[in-house]
Amino acid sequence: MSQLEKSEYFIEVEGLKRNLGGRQVLDGVNINFQTGKCTVLLGRSGEGKSVLLKHLLGLMRPDSGSIRIDGEEITTLSERRMRPVRKKVGILFQDGALFDSMTIAENVAFPLQEEGIRNRKVLLEKAVEVLELVGLAEHVAKMPNDISGGMRKRVSLARAIITRPQCILYDEPTAGLDPVTADSIDQLIAHLADEFSITSVVVTHDLKSMHTVADRVAMLRSGKIYFDGTVKGLEASVDPVIVNFLDGNSEDEPDVFA
Amino acid sequence: MGLTRIPQKTGSAVLRFFAYFGQVVGLIGELAVTLFTCRPRVRLAGRQIVDIGFGSQLVVVVTGAFTGAVFAAQVYFKFSELGLGTATGPVVSLAMCRELGPVLAGIMVSGRVGAAMAAEIGTMKVTEQIDALRSMGISPVDYLVMPRVIGMFVSMPLLVAESVGFGILAGYVMVVHIFGVPAVWFEHQVVSNTTLPDIAIGMIKGFVFGGLIVLISCREGLYANRGAVGVGKATTAAVVISSLAILVSNLFLSFLLNHFFPLGSSGFDS
Ligand SMILES: Nc1ncnc2c1ncn2[C@@H]1O[C@H](COP(=O)(O)OP(=O)(O)OP(=O)(O)O)[C@@H](O)[C@H]1O
Ligand SMILES: [Mg+2]
Repeated sequence: MSQLEKSEYFIEVEGLKRNLGGRQVLDGVNINFQTGKCTVLLGRSGEGKSVLLKHLLGLMRPDSGSIRIDGEEITTLSERRMRPVRKKVGILFQDGALFDSMTIAENVAFPLQEEGIRNRKVLLEKAVEVLELVGLAEHVAKMPNDISGGMRKRVSLARAIITRPQCILYDEPTAGLDPVTADSIDQLIAHLADEFSITSVVVTHDLKSMHTVADRVAMLRSGKIYFDGTVKGLEASVDPVIVNFLDGNSEDEPDVFA
Repeated sequence: MGLTRIPQKTGSAVLRFFAYFGQVVGLIGELAVTLFTCRPRVRLAGRQIVDIGFGSQLVVVVTGAFTGAVFAAQVYFKFSELGLGTATGPVVSLAMCRELGPVLAGIMVSGRVGAAMAAEIGTMKVTEQIDALRSMGISPVDYLVMPRVIGMFVSMPLLVAESVGFGILAGYVMVVHIFGVPAVWFEHQVVSNTTLPDIAIGMIKGFVFGGLIVLISCREGLYANRGAVGVGKATTAAVVISSLAILVSNLFLSFLLNHFFPLGSSGFDS
């Protein structure tokens, strides 16, 4: 394969296993994320979607299995050698993970500042530019604790996209947002994926989101990839688990509270 | 029922101690790598110097001064009985320089600064802010720990010096102004009996204690988990463990440093 030619899959996951607190949360996950495409990752609460995303960035280490990002095996990399790989991938954490000692603008501009841009005016301009995309340009001077949960999430999104990484992992980008704002965020994600060919992985419970952004869709269940295909394929499926998930029907499901 | 499990429990406690020790050594290793691979974060280190050095002055000065005063008073009561009242000054000065100054400053700083470090870093850990840093390719050791280490190493010797200085000053006020020992006697005795090694010992101890506080507190913060309870535990552990580490290591440091700077050579024969 020539250097210029992009490989088909930006992220390749094989046989990923991880036991957490005595529970096999990831039990042999096999999934590939296509370069420049948006993959939606579905799964019920507590199935390990967030854990999977953290493994993709090396924030958590697997017990066994392999993860290749842009062709590079990361499971054996040291924390220090992982740094250049992480710069290729942005992540929106489920709870935002904003730095609470910094203003909104400082949070958003932080990745750029770390890349060596020192001019405060330039940083502020760039921060406002991305904050406009998520509809928060007028809140630059506020502290993370002084804005709402949905706003924090959007600030976090702005921080994830400001460096224009090759790949972005979104952990429930629209959870806790009103339908209108949610839709604008979905549009933004779809736009980023299409316009800049950013490989995107979107964890969501929101089926409307899925329709807006997904090129492909995968479903995590019992620590494995239960479904991997197109949205059409998912909806055409007669598998009772998938049908129940899409219909929001809990009848035949094992009780999560048990 | 409990007796048979004592060896087991002791074993696991020893293991935990070594695991902890290993983590702190690992942190030192990472700091060393950071020193050579990352640009210094001058602004963050500066803020830490202000936080630690400037912010701790009041507590350190007050503890130093009151301890110096009360210590001088007790020593004077006994010494004057023995006709040695004028020797109070050097005893206070040596005790402040070699032991009380560094230990008191260390304990106060571990309570004021160590606790804050563990709580701040611990909160960042449990709210995924540390993961966010790592996800941007930034090492938490470089961004959070290194500036604190620099701040501590710059501040701690100065704080010890202040604690010692105000301790001796308070002793002076006590002995000269309250008990009426002539000022020139006090001054002469203190100056001729306090040597450079005494001062060096205080500074070296301050350095070591500062290192213990910052390493232990950052270790506690970085390993915090389980939400608010975990942060609370980390904070308590930071203060308790670093205070104990200061007191225990002080004994060994005293013997080690006395070996290099023997007390006898600057004795009371002047
Ligand atoms: N640090 C941890 N230690 C122990 N168990 C953990 C840890 N992190 C996650 N888990 C467990 O792993 C499982 C998966 O958690 P995860 O956060 O990935 O779920 P999720 O699929 O993202 O759910 P949700 O949709 O609610 O966010 C849960 O059962 C959780 O209890
Ligand atoms: Mg989750």
